[in-house]
Amino acid sequence: MSEQSVKDIEKINTLNTEQIVKYRNVTKSFGDFHVLKGINLDIYSGEKVAIIGPSGSGKTTIIRMLMTLEEPTSGDIIVDGKNLWKMKRNGTSIPANEKHISELRGNIGMVFQHFNLFPHMTILENCMVAPIHVKKEDKKEVQERSIQMLERVGLGNKLNFYPSQLSGGQKQRVAMARALVMRPKIMLFDEVTSALDPELVGEVLEVIRDIAHNDDMAMILVTHEMDFALDVADKVLFLDQGVIIEQGTASEVLEHSKNERVQAFLRRFRKI
Amino acid sequence: MNNGWKWENFFEAFPLILKGLGATVGLTFACFAFALIFGFVWIFLKHIPNKPFVWTVDWIMIFIYSTPPLVQLFFIYYALPMIPVIGVTLNPFICAVLGIGIHYSTYISEIYRSGIESVDKGQWEASKALNFSAFDKWRKIILPQAIPPTIPMLGNYLIIMFKEVPLASTVGVAGILTIANSYGALHFAYLEPLTIVGIIFLTLSYPASILIKKLEVKMNTRFDKNTIIAKPNKKVHKKMNFERSDHIV
Ligand SMILES: Nc1ncnc2c1ncn2[C@@H]1O[C@H](COP(=O)(O)OP(=O)(O)OP(=O)(O)O)[C@@H](O)[C@H]1O
Ligand SMILES: [Mg+2]
Repeated sequence: MSEQSVKDIEKINTLNTEQIVKYRNVTKSFGDFHVLKGINLDIYSGEKVAIIGPSGSGKTTIIRMLMTLEEPTSGDIIVDGKNLWKMKRNGTSIPANEKHISELRGNIGMVFQHFNLFPHMTILENCMVAPIHVKKEDKKEVQERSIQMLERVGLGNKLNFYPSQLSGGQKQRVAMARALVMRPKIMLFDEVTSALDPELVGEVLEVIRDIAHNDDMAMILVTHEMDFALDVADKVLFLDQGVIIEQGTASEVLEHSKNERVQAFLRRFRKI
Repeated sequence: MNNGWKWENFFEAFPLILKGLGATVGLTFACFAFALIFGFVWIFLKHIPNKPFVWTVDWIMIFIYSTPPLVQLFFIYYALPMIPVIGVTLNPFICAVLGIGIHYSTYISEIYRSGIESVDKGQWEASKALNFSAFDKWRKIILPQAIPPTIPMLGNYLIIMFKEVPLASTVGVAGILTIANSYGALHFAYLEPLTIVGIIFLTLSYPASILIKKLEVKMNTRFDKNTIIAKPNKKVHKKMNFERSDHIV
């Protein structure tokens, strides 16, 4: 057995068999434009999933719907056994209200391409504001945890800096710390390195790698970093024009795919 | 009729008129405070997710800022008490605060709106991703970013309103203009007292507008890297050290 497949089996054995997220026939249109055409997807607790594919194929849209930033046109997204966008009332299914959605949204965290840090707060305050005001946690405990988290991402010496005083790579690491202190069960990463100068990409990937190897939350990573995906992902999806045209282990999709389009895409990538 | 400029009139009228300054400035701040608060009420009403309701609110606002504040003031003072059932007679000061305050609240609400729109879309998305309630999102994330850049514009409206409050004299609220007028009527000398009123407005409005220009520059460079590096946030630093040493002990 190859070293890679041993690694894959090890990874699978450590996975919880519980599906934390399910997409069932999910579609999304903007006007007449069908961005996603029937997405079916299972994500298990602790699983690390990479989504790759050409620009405009709908990668961002898939995870934005899970973060509730976009509502699906049809289909169901199940989070922790509950339908994210629908709820039952008197036996019939109705659109979920904010209370229902926010309960499930609490399981999910997201890191954005453009960081979206709060510019009027120090980086420590950026990390503390949500646990204190959203989860109503004890301020001291949150502060300790936030400092630990910022130390973990290598910014323990910049606690009182404002985002504007940091480099892009540092900002993105703060954004990760901010999402992590909320202790989500699922973390979403949308091309978190593509707004960065090339020399800053490494430090950010290093942090994600650390999280992926040491934390047991599920992760969905939209990425153009193929080597990185190969390293951290249990499962890779290839999305093309709103359809998942291939999924499998990282090695199956990124190294041994038989699919023409996947091969062409990866070839183009290698060349760049 | 008393023609020509007389310095003794000037020096006699000056302290008298100055006594009314407190009332004029007080009314200005009362109107301004009301407009600042009511400006938020408009914003709140416009965020209620019901299209016909929001259109109605829009039309009411257009109606208010397209009609002269003097008409609104007269309406509240003279016409409101004549409306059956809900009609009430209000004291002149309250009428002035309502009339001028509501009129300017529509402008101020537009300023708030421009501030809110200038907040990056990513801030709303991050607030959602961190699961903020609507209330905390506005209080902690959106307004602290939306309002500071509008402070110079709000300051301009304070000056504009200061110049508008003499309207209140028409419904009998005393201020520097009313005193000047009655001095003029009593002594048949309008030249000096009204000049004094002009001087008072100028000496307050002009420096205030310069101050606001300065503030504007400061606000524009607020999140600038260098300005913030030059002034680290001492408050947070102190608080932090205190809290940390607190639980080390
Ligand atoms: N709010 C929107 N309104 C209209 N069209 C949209 C909207 N959001 C996304 N789209 C369109 O949907 C398609 C898929 O967008 P999406 O951002 O999901 O692609 P992506 O795979 O993430 O691409 P990229 O690699 O460039 O980030 C694109 O063609 C985009 O223009
Ligand atoms: Mg994208």
